[in-house]
Amino acid sequence: MRDLLTTDGLGHDEATAVLDTADELKRTLLGREVRKLPTLRGRTVITMFYENSTRTRVSFEIAGKWMSADVVNVSAGGSSVGKGESLRDTALTLSAAGADCVIVRHPASGAPHRLSGWLADTRTSVVNAGDGMHEHPTQALLDAATLRERLGGIEGRRIAIVGDVLHSRVARSNVHLLATLGAEVVLVAPPTLLPHGVEHWPVTTAFDLDSQLPGLDAVMMLRVQAERMHGAFFPSAREYSIAYGLNEKRLAMLPDHAVVLHPGPMLRGMEIASPVADSPRAAITDQVANGVHVRMAVLYHLLAGEEL
Amino acid sequence: MTELLITGARLYGEGDPVDVLVADGVIAEIGERAAVRAPSSAEVLDAAGQVLLPGLVDLHTHLREPGREDTETIESGSRAAALGGYTAVFAMANTDPVADNALVTGHVLRRGREVGLVDVHPVGAVTVGLAGERLAEMGTMATDEAGVRIFSDDGRCVSDPLLMRRALEYSTALGVVIAQHAEEPRLTDGAQAHEGERASRLGYAGWPASAEESIVARDCVLARHAGARLHVCHVSTTGTVDVLSWAKGLGVDVSAEVTPHHLLLTDERLETYDPVNKVNPPLRAERDTERLRQALADGVLDCVATDHAPHAEQDKSCEWDAARPGMLGLQTALSIVADTMVRDGLLDWRGVARVMSERPAEIAGLPDQGRPLAEGEPANLVLVDPDAEWTVRGAELASVAGNTPYEGMRLPAVVTATLLRGRITAREGKID
Repeated sequence: MRDLLTTDGLGHDEATAVLDTADELKRTLLGREVRKLPTLRGRTVITMFYENSTRTRVSFEIAGKWMSADVVNVSAGGSSVGKGESLRDTALTLSAAGADCVIVRHPASGAPHRLSGWLADTRTSVVNAGDGMHEHPTQALLDAATLRERLGGIEGRRIAIVGDVLHSRVARSNVHLLATLGAEVVLVAPPTLLPHGVEHWPVTTAFDLDSQLPGLDAVMMLRVQAERMHGAFFPSAREYSIAYGLNEKRLAMLPDHAVVLHPGPMLRGMEIASPVADSPRAAITDQVANGVHVRMAVLYHLLAGEEL
Repeated sequence: MTELLITGARLYGEGDPVDVLVADGVIAEIGERAAVRAPSSAEVLDAAGQVLLPGLVDLHTHLREPGREDTETIESGSRAAALGGYTAVFAMANTDPVADNALVTGHVLRRGREVGLVDVHPVGAVTVGLAGERLAEMGTMATDEAGVRIFSDDGRCVSDPLLMRRALEYSTALGVVIAQHAEEPRLTDGAQAHEGERASRLGYAGWPASAEESIVARDCVLARHAGARLHVCHVSTTGTVDVLSWAKGLGVDVSAEVTPHHLLLTDERLETYDPVNKVNPPLRAERDTERLRQALADGVLDCVATDHAPHAEQDKSCEWDAARPGMLGLQTALSIVADTMVRDGLLDWRGVARVMSERPAEIAGLPDQGRPLAEGEPANLVLVDPDAEWTVRGAELASVAGNTPYEGMRLPAVVTATLLRGRITAREGKID
């Protein structure tokens, strides 16, 4: 693996190898006082975030540091990007400065693909940390790690992804990865928030959440941006919440073993009720913890080779 | 007095090879007597195996001057036009400053004449500054030296229905045509690519076909009501073809163009995220390209126009969303029509003459372009080698900008000579 740009086309064995590595790293670090492995000593990892992010950037930074890599954070605001430098020049500059890996988040779909093309002749790997409405592959991997942990596996499990699928890079990455790993995925959203051509995706779709709940092994809630109302995607936060919010009543309709995921940041009260988010059925903090291990595993596979 | 003897060409690619004598800018003689009548001083152009067509006419180019001379100038664009087989081109109004007044349209006309490689006709803006708020002085531009015959806010849609109605009504007194860039802006806010399965999967904000079709339908109704002529720029969808069939059936005075890139390329190009493929309207699905080809053959689409739109390297060598839409077209248009229409038997060369020369000249009201290949007619001509092939290299094209989605593609049909009023403007890939 040279870059991680998408989960579309990521093979079953490849994905499983990353998840297994993440598990192994988690076990290795469990209970240790000093959480530091020497694996990536001397390697330089640069995060380049063109969009605000706390959890993803911090997660990658910690992942790099726990692997002993030198981690440098570049944010668009405080760099030459603010002076109008092109993405291509910034990428070539960071590569020439010695980056072994560039982790990029960008509002334009495909920006990491472009970076990967421009850096093809260098030794710099590219990791997509979220591009526009396209993909967020490490989020899907950490979701998969969490589902494996909670459900004992993914093959044959029925998983609903609920909410703003249209604008969600998390949904796209999850659809590809979960399909590859053998899950049944159902997308639940109002028609306005389902992508055009979704009938070609390896999923089923539903407008009604309640009828889906009893058959699910997991429900993945997506963030709904309040500004979507201005685009007339739905009439009001209230109506959205009534139809698609995961409240306690709906939680009770899920089978006992079913798990609740949310990529964060959560809009409590709108898409998920506070008692649900804080219930033991929710794996939301597990997702964050697994995120670090999954990102360590990704860096490991990209920069250090196959065997651990 | 200059004479030129074209030997052994097949007119419209039909019948036996004939000789054509060009003298004083007109076709003086066709047939056996041409060689006899030619003086010994006449230059001889060996056109054995080649197809002779009327010079091509492009209703839709962006020559970028004034304003973006770093991407194209009237001179470089004229060279590209001559090399592509064109004898007349229409330069869109979205320059900087905008061609919304007779000063700018006059400048474009004069600059085109100075270069002298192709007739450059300025298109006038419909609204001041392309802002879609009030009408530009169409009457002044139409009656001034440039004699503007086509008005368009191309690049933007005249989306306000009242303003479009008035523009259409007003145009009837001037005998001009309004060319609409059909795109309902409320439906394409932030749009990046054809709304379809591919854009959804790849995360591009969708540009729905309905944004084009709804404006075309509305404008056809408005044109009928106003008794005005409407021209639809760069038709890109199956649904627009349906709307045009319906409107033409009702007798609406509407004409429509299709670009070479919408005949050839599809949204499959989105997979790479390379913005050389970014264009507005966007590359559509394969079923759309197939329908557009059929509609061009059937005459529902009247003509081919290039929408030649050069952009600087830095405006393409970037992330998709930041890139500017548009691509080079003048030097590849004829080859792409040969590839998509002639090779598949949808059009013969007489049909090519119709859609690339005669109909566009008619739509624009050019009296000396798109004329029959007959004695006494102006010698605006192009010679094409239908059996030759060439490989597109952006850096070798005449435009200032060199990026092209056709880079490295092998295309059929080579323009071997272009004649503007009897004078050779381009020959064997070089400006004469």
